[in-house]
Amino acid sequence: MTELEAGRAERLAPVRNGMALQRYRDVLIALIAFAVLASLPLFTGSKALLDFVIRCSAYGLFATSLNLLVGYTGLTSFGHGMFFGLGAYSFGLIMQKLGVPIPVAFVATLAITALIAAVIGAICVRLKEIYFAFVTLAFQMLIHSTILSWASFTGGDQGLRGGIPRPAFFGIDLSNHVHLYVTSCALLILGLLAMRQIAQSPFGFTLRMIRDNAARASFLGIDVWRAKLTVFVLAALFASIGGMVMALFVSGAYPEFAYWTISGEGIFINMLGGVSTFLGPMVGTVLLLLLNDTVTRFTEYHGIVLGVVILFFALGLRKGLLDFVAEWFSRRRDAGEGR
Amino acid sequence: MLEIRNLAKSFGGVKATNDVSLDFPDGSLTAVIGPNGAGKSTFFNLITGALRPDSGEVLLDGVDLAGRSPPEIVRHGIGRAFQVASIFKSLTVQETMLAAVSADQRTSAVLHKRFPLPETRDRAEHVMELLGLAGKRHRTAATLSHGDQKLLDIALALVLEPKVLLLDEPTAGMGPEERWRMIDKVRELWETQKITVVFIEHDMDIVFKIAPKIIVLCYGRILATGTPDEIRNNSAVIEAYLGTEHAGAAA
Repeated sequence: MTELEAGRAERLAPVRNGMALQRYRDVLIALIAFAVLASLPLFTGSKALLDFVIRCSAYGLFATSLNLLVGYTGLTSFGHGMFFGLGAYSFGLIMQKLGVPIPVAFVATLAITALIAAVIGAICVRLKEIYFAFVTLAFQMLIHSTILSWASFTGGDQGLRGGIPRPAFFGIDLSNHVHLYVTSCALLILGLLAMRQIAQSPFGFTLRMIRDNAARASFLGIDVWRAKLTVFVLAALFASIGGMVMALFVSGAYPEFAYWTISGEGIFINMLGGVSTFLGPMVGTVLLLLLNDTVTRFTEYHGIVLGVVILFFALGLRKGLLDFVAEWFSRRRDAGEGR
Repeated sequence: MLEIRNLAKSFGGVKATNDVSLDFPDGSLTAVIGPNGAGKSTFFNLITGALRPDSGEVLLDGVDLAGRSPPEIVRHGIGRAFQVASIFKSLTVQETMLAAVSADQRTSAVLHKRFPLPETRDRAEHVMELLGLAGKRHRTAATLSHGDQKLLDIALALVLEPKVLLLDEPTAGMGPEERWRMIDKVRELWETQKITVVFIEHDMDIVFKIAPKIIVLCYGRILATGTPDEIRNNSAVIEAYLGTEHAGAAA
């Protein structure tokens, strides 16, 4: 080894260790989070709390996947909810009509979502900002009206009724509440871990470059269209998993799952929690669901209260909660270094 | 060698680039000058694929690149920096460099590994040191000074290891002292990296001092090409562009 190479190796070694550490750290956090969540039923008999966590899993996966588009790539989709609805309906329909094992339906739903997302994405990701937002919204409405009008297949405005069969697999019985709870937590944690990996991969940094300056990215040899399409499909897959969790939870699928308000809630969640940190949407999910549950208990005008809260975040903090906290910490650190 | 053959581009009735043919031998340093609206930036945009030429050829080592997309042209070895620094404002200097190397090594779509990939490290490090940005590696690009942002823009082009580097007004928006520092840097890069450099510049003192060869564009056409002395004494150039201030200053 020459002196130069030796010097290089010295410089590289800590970097490699650092990267490996970062990954282990994420996995460790995920394991701890899962252990805490999964042991919750041992300490509490509250079905409401477990239900709350299951709903957080469904919406959390959905909102975090939306942040891959909004926060990381700068693609503000107003129609991301279509993949939530698509996941719920595909999964429900496959289970009801074909009676295959749950893992098969799960994978088949992902395949269907990927295919449809690729087609819709291929049309949408060429469009800029507001046009992208509105064309995704248009596709959402298209899927919603298809569900409503194809009543013989989808149940129309009644939704998929009669329950989704949940046969046991690998010793997991999803008709058992605790089993369903632990499975939802596992899907949430695995999904978050996978999305975290995407965000911190070379591809994740390609997305950030596209968000900041797509023209410059193309002058570095990056195929911007292909990268946008890839993340559009990936995000759709995680939204679809969220929809499947929801379908399992309510044992059905309803047109509201595919309505544009779901996409709107996804955007709300991202505004509440913040888009500049990975876990911002997760924080936002918990906030929104908490707000929803508590406010509806006290007043039927919960829409007004939610609106005020959103205004507070948008006009008052001008960012999501976790963005605010992260900024506060970095400012404090800078001040500390300045001294 | 970069050869431009009969390149033409019109916007409506305006011929922004009108039958331009030029040779840029390997390792040459060329300045492109001309009055505002002469078609200098259009000329760069045609070569780099930002605009599609109406006709003509852009040959790099014999391969015609005219009309291809920017990513394709970059991959063939033509890099560019922009008049207004075109950078990634939320990334740090180091992240910018590492991500650019990733793009060049075709690993920018890798999902299963963590950023940055170890094999991108050396090239990023090398270019940061070359441009004096290594000390500012952890600064977010948006917080850099104007001059450093221009350097980062050039670093972005350079880290792809291009055969030809096109610099659109590397000194735009800089004060007099900063200009000279920048242009010394450009000259140093040209000398040490052995690449073909073409730059657009408005400051005649700079052009005449450092460029061995000068191209004068006017209304989309080549008005003159030659050494600084030839250009300074060219009557057509004096009339169209220089005025009498610079004429014969060498004498």
